[in-house]
Amino acid sequence: MKLELRGITKRFPGVVANDNVNLTLNTGEVLSLIGENGAGKSTLMSVLYGMYKPDEGDILLDGSPKVFTSPADAIAAGIGMVHQHFMLVPVFTVAENVVLGVEPTGALGKLHIDEARRMVREISDKYSLDLDPDAVIEDLPVGVQQRVEIVKVLLRDAKVVVFDEPTAVLTPSEIIEFFEIVKTLVSAGRGVVFITHKLKEALNIADRIAVLRRGKVVGEVDPKTATESQIAEMMVGRPVQLIVNKNSASAGDVVLKVTDLTVLDADGRKHVENVSFEVRAGEIVGVAGVQGNGQTELVEALTGLRKATGGTITLDGKDLTHSNPRERHQMGMAHIPEDRQRQGLVGGLSVAENLVLTRYHDDQFSHGVVVDWDAANAIADTLISEYDIRTPSKETGVGTLSGGNQQKVIVARELSRDLRLTIAAQPTRGVDVGSIEYIHSRIVKERDAGTAVLIVSTELEEVMALSDRLLVMYRGRVVAELDPKKSTPMEVGLYMAGSRPDSAVNA
Amino acid sequence: MNIAVDSDAPLLSLEQRKRARNVGFSLVFLGLVSAFLLAGRPGNAGFKLVDTYTVFLPAQPFARALAVALVALGAIQLFRGFGKWTNVVLAIATGTFVIAFLTWAASGGSFSLTGMLQDTVTRSVPITLGAIAGILCERSGIINIAIEGQLLGGAFAGAVVGSLYGPWAGLLGAIAMGVGLSAILAVFAIRFRVDQVIVGFAINFFSLGLTSFLAQRVLTPHPEYNIVRPFTPYAVPLLSKIPVIGVVLFTQTLFVYVSIIAVVVSTWFLYRTRWGLRTRAIGEYPQAAGTLGVDVIKLRYRNVWIAGAVAGLGGAWWPLGTVGRFDQNITNGRGFIALAAVIFGRWHPVGALTAALVFGLSEAIQLKMSNLDTGIPSEFLLMAPYIVTLIVVAGFVGRSRAPKAAGQAYDASK
Ligand SMILES: Nc1ncnc2c1ncn2[C@@H]1O[C@H](COP(=O)(O)OP(=O)(O)O)[C@@H](O)[C@H]1O
Ligand SMILES: [Mg+2]
Repeated sequence: MKLELRGITKRFPGVVANDNVNLTLNTGEVLSLIGENGAGKSTLMSVLYGMYKPDEGDILLDGSPKVFTSPADAIAAGIGMVHQHFMLVPVFTVAENVVLGVEPTGALGKLHIDEARRMVREISDKYSLDLDPDAVIEDLPVGVQQRVEIVKVLLRDAKVVVFDEPTAVLTPSEIIEFFEIVKTLVSAGRGVVFITHKLKEALNIADRIAVLRRGKVVGEVDPKTATESQIAEMMVGRPVQLIVNKNSASAGDVVLKVTDLTVLDADGRKHVENVSFEVRAGEIVGVAGVQGNGQTELVEALTGLRKATGGTITLDGKDLTHSNPRERHQMGMAHIPEDRQRQGLVGGLSVAENLVLTRYHDDQFSHGVVVDWDAANAIADTLISEYDIRTPSKETGVGTLSGGNQQKVIVARELSRDLRLTIAAQPTRGVDVGSIEYIHSRIVKERDAGTAVLIVSTELEEVMALSDRLLVMYRGRVVAELDPKKSTPMEVGLYMAGSRPDSAVNA
Repeated sequence: MNIAVDSDAPLLSLEQRKRARNVGFSLVFLGLVSAFLLAGRPGNAGFKLVDTYTVFLPAQPFARALAVALVALGAIQLFRGFGKWTNVVLAIATGTFVIAFLTWAASGGSFSLTGMLQDTVTRSVPITLGAIAGILCERSGIINIAIEGQLLGGAFAGAVVGSLYGPWAGLLGAIAMGVGLSAILAVFAIRFRVDQVIVGFAINFFSLGLTSFLAQRVLTPHPEYNIVRPFTPYAVPLLSKIPVIGVVLFTQTLFVYVSIIAVVVSTWFLYRTRWGLRTRAIGEYPQAAGTLGVDVIKLRYRNVWIAGAVAGLGGAWWPLGTVGRFDQNITNGRGFIALAAVIFGRWHPVGALTAALVFGLSEAIQLKMSNLDTGIPSEFLLMAPYIVTLIVVAGFVGRSRAPKAAGQAYDASK
């Protein structure tokens, strides 16, 4: 089946998410759609899948125009989609999720769950996906959840399969397995759209690469001849530096010392188990791991957002296991949280207000209970220019800025004071390449000024490039400590997947 | 998510430790009540099971034995913990405590235990039906705080339509009223995406205000619109001949049979059919269903309507199952108790029925006590059921999880 998108335009209030986009996908090929966060990739695919009505443009299948008013129409026309955020009901089994919407039923709508199981097993065997139809989704690792999504698409016999950033949640070895599945799909005559913002992957798997920037297709390249820096320049619109520039670290005294830290949640589930490590002044320690292996809870325990169930945390030798976040902040701890909308910023407040959010109560900014807005505004102006925050004004609501500039607001607030320890979680998630460069250089500068830095990121390349020492977390434990200069991503990836590199030759 | 779950982990989360401790203290508390209050009356208490057979229990020794047992159990719970047996222990302990309470109250006399149990089942009807209405909504992602208003509207319509056209028509009228009120909830919550709790409260006030107004202005001057012949109990052939159970379960009005059927049918549909799978899906993660072509909006509308019908039927219980008339605010908060039953029952119809029976029992006991002339102030009697409720909440409910998407409006483009 040949798919064509002609002149697709989709506007949201204030943004043109897709601007006159033309794309073609032929039978049996992999088209990679590459672009920065916010370039409009997901929107374009939602238009194709009937979730958004395009303001202009047509969708053609084998030359005849189609109008999709709902996902049901798109599914019926042979289009399947694996969304960026998995569309799986966490409390349902694999079989229940797979048949949802096309349930095999009998009288009174009675569900034939055995039939559903059989269907899952059949497809799973045919494509060697190794799925247990009775497993409950929330107990499964993300890599397996993704295979469930693939079975959903295959069961509906999709001729065109769209994967929206499928590799973001996978370990390196899972990515290789995933590419194998893509190849099987293509050789069975299906077309695949593979969305990513990772250059290497696009070059690796695609037959053609289309580059999207600010809603427009800025060009198409042939992966056999294109280079990474060439594509990166197309994505960003200017030459970019893809590697982190840093000298080797000169580590000093121990600043952060974590001993036997254990964190349980309200249900008694163990998220962090007996974790011990140190971070010294002037070094960057990275924590790698697949999302959901306890990194979030580790950071929350270190920053005081969550109670530690066991173990101790000390900063410069002082025990702060039971200190609240403000006390930790005052002891020189900075926190760049992983979810800037929920934890780092107050979206409805202005840029200036967000910039003084952690110190409006300092003498410098307050007279008794009254905030001294002149002082606050003055510091905001300084920070906005120093950290190159692109905002219409300091009164602008922070929620309306782009992801990269929101992140710079947090970085500016957290790093613009004397620090002993900086904890940064997913510091560049959803941030444009230009800002990534900047944030990385700031973090390295902080290290060079003698601060201890802990970086937690699920982007393996990022932690490997930034850290001087690398810890790997798997199921709540630190399973490895590595020298990033002497390890390969593949090796780290095996630890991330819970196996040991030497014992898992054919993983 | 990859979380190491270790069932016999030595560490318990704060929440679990707190709960285990609460259960321990509750047991000790009940034991002390037994020792100091319930053991204070000599004499035998008679529980009449059938006309010809009465069981006698010696009140004082029973309460003393229970006191020792409860304090011991509480101590074991506090120092060692019963682990997964906690709920069983607590259920048996509270059950026995209730019996001791009755023994104390009836010491030196006797009363019909069977009658009280029959009353329990009868009184659980509107709570059960209200709770099923709540479950149907919440399972599809709509919080239904308006159960109280729907019951009240159903009661009003049941009385008026029943007075004019007979009890069967009254039933239909009550159902129609329930659907009408739930349609308001549906439109505001689903179409206009108004906060569901606020819409629910508005419906409750609207329903209370409107029915009170009409009762004063129309029903008071026209009593002929407010007198209906309620359904009489129907003895199921054969089954009603079983001793005790025959009276408790099978000599009841239509409403009891209907609510038992409603529990069975709704359970079967929720867990065994396509409708149920989709309903649970849109209550947990509507986007997952929506991207597979399920019409989330339509299904939510439909389920809220069905829920309204069930709640309206529950409301009809007052005029058509008991008193034969409507009074201002006749439901008196039962809709909120039903909401509690949804939560205690963990969003499962059978669980809700169990919770409804516990509430029904406490109502029945309270009623019995005020007839028995126990010397307890009536204020305390009114309180007693809620003390039991608190213990139930502290102990049994522990971890319970609402449907994830309950309360969130659905937007197809997110
Ligand atoms: N539902 C929406 N309402 C308003 N703006 C949106 C919506 N969805 C996406 N956008 C905006 O459209 C642009 C493209 O977003 P998206 O398609 O998600 O990008 P990508 O998938 O390439 O990261 C962004 O600026 C985003 O903020
Ligand atoms: Mg996207």
